[in-house]
Amino acid sequence: MTGRPLRQWLVLAGPSVLLLLGVYLYPLAKLVVLSLGAPPGLATYGRLLHNDLFLTVLVRTFRISAVVTVICLVAAYPVATLLTRVSTRVAALVTIAVLLPFWTSILVRTYAWMVLLQHNGLVNKLLVGLGIVANPLRLMYNEAGVTIGMVQILLPFAILPIYASLQNIDERLHLAAQILGAGSWQRFWKVTFPLSLPGVAAAAILVFVQGLGYFVTPALLGGSRVITLAMLMESQVLEVLNWPLASAMAMVLLVICVGIVASFERVLGLERVWR
Amino acid sequence: MSRVLVEVRHVSKRYGAVSAVDDVSLDIYEGEFLTLLGPSGSGKTTALMLIAGFEELTAGEILIRGRSIAALPPEKRDIGMVFQNYALFPHLRVFDNVAFPLRMRGAARSEIAQRVRESLRAVRLEGFEQRLPRQLSGGQQQRVALARALVYRPSILLMDEPLAALDKKLREQMQVELKAIQRELGVSTLYVTHDQKEALALSDRIAVMKAGRLVQVGAPIDLYDRPADRFTAEFVGEANLIEGLVTAVGDRLVHVRVGERLDVAAEPCGDVTVGRRVGLMIRPEAVEARERPEGTPNEWPGVVREVVFLGDLVRCVVRIGDSVSLKVVRQYQKDEVTPKVGQTVTVAAPPRRWTILPSP
Repeated sequence: MTGRPLRQWLVLAGPSVLLLLGVYLYPLAKLVVLSLGAPPGLATYGRLLHNDLFLTVLVRTFRISAVVTVICLVAAYPVATLLTRVSTRVAALVTIAVLLPFWTSILVRTYAWMVLLQHNGLVNKLLVGLGIVANPLRLMYNEAGVTIGMVQILLPFAILPIYASLQNIDERLHLAAQILGAGSWQRFWKVTFPLSLPGVAAAAILVFVQGLGYFVTPALLGGSRVITLAMLMESQVLEVLNWPLASAMAMVLLVICVGIVASFERVLGLERVWR
Repeated sequence: MSRVLVEVRHVSKRYGAVSAVDDVSLDIYEGEFLTLLGPSGSGKTTALMLIAGFEELTAGEILIRGRSIAALPPEKRDIGMVFQNYALFPHLRVFDNVAFPLRMRGAARSEIAQRVRESLRAVRLEGFEQRLPRQLSGGQQQRVALARALVYRPSILLMDEPLAALDKKLREQMQVELKAIQRELGVSTLYVTHDQKEALALSDRIAVMKAGRLVQVGAPIDLYDRPADRFTAEFVGEANLIEGLVTAVGDRLVHVRVGERLDVAAEPCGDVTVGRRVGLMIRPEAVEARERPEGTPNEWPGVVREVVFLGDLVRCVVRIGDSVSLKVVRQYQKDEVTPKVGQTVTVAAPPRRWTILPSP
């Protein structure tokens, strides 16, 4: 490497690298040390693997995140498709509607869901009032409530990458497919869908990995009945004061997340998603 | 002439107040290579899109083999098309790109394999079946697009400036190949280009378009020798265009006065009457710059104003009198003495090489 690219690299990437080293990598290293205990060893990790509560919560966290991811993808795809088909002005409006929740605190949004989903909430009143159900449904303090809340909050992370990949598909490919004899369903399944897969994969990874670490929404909408990994760690830190165990849990989650992203990168190539 | 394949009848396409295609009527014959030639914005691509079905007609109708295709969506029209950027499916290998139209038609596996092989052989791309489009050169992608458009034996092949993205050398090479493939398979082709040389090189007939209207349709040689108007004369090939007043009409020669003194004799064509203003056109290669007069008709003294040596050709501009300049092109021969700027020469433009354009 000659001097010029090196200097460019330092100037452009330097500040963010320093920031990451200071506020992220250093505490993370402390966390690793903490999880190994004193004297350092793998005893804490060993205990985790035989801890039924931890394993149950781990599986539940993954299940919720997976369900949320699938629902988000299914819900996001039509919206993203719509965005590519409307005029630019309408697309701008829809994009604002998609992004609007980002400007509202996650805590506020979760409280809003509590108002909507509680026993005497708006949703239940509507359902009972319309005679769709006889008695109010249990929409909170269970996995359903957590899922509803997380889907709403994570949906933009699914819509935007899918929209970007749909937008990148050359319009003439659709024309070509059509003149070659493909009807609208065939055009979708043979051309549009496969070409949008990098966006779908990016959306899936963004939603799934974020979902694994969710705390506020499960804590408020799930309560003590739906404990996720982040909530378990919180109780270890604040109530049980078992910091090494909490650190070990965090490390397990981190390694799994890194593993998922890495295998994703291996299969699809992250750079292809961003291009 | 062979049978009519496509009939375009009084077709118009308007976008609001703008006419992209204006009352165009055109027959395309079985097996012919017809080119829509025009500058950008002349409506040639819109005309192609109307036939493909990507745009809806404002007026008129299009028939293929005598049947109106108005009610058919593009996927049911059985038309082949090559796009300007090839529009190959980037996620499919060459084999699957070419097999795509056959699969859409529910062809059997064995038939698909055989037809794809034949088609790739026709475009000389055997052995490339497992490549992805991005692993191919521009020329190769072009040929895959052609194979894909031909593999289902469409009634007609539409091509929208398919060579525009290639560099000059490759473009000329692809022209030769394209023509050879088209002749070999005998597929009727409607080709769109703004490149008059390409149109001349490829076409059986050329339809010249201007501002949404069809200006003239004819074989390349007819168009070159007898352009119907000034536009075609200038757009197809290179032209010397002057105008003047008809002073005498004889059996064998028409005399036209150009400017104050110049008298041009030309062979009569169409209805030319004394006193009418007409346009006169002669190709640069039909004009000769001689060292001295030889006593033939239409010899005038002139002064060489520009000389450009191009290797195979020498191009000059010669000034005659005050108002007329003629471009002169001639083949260069080894060790020949080329004209010099400022030199006085005799310009000869034989009467039978002129074309009289009815309106100036």
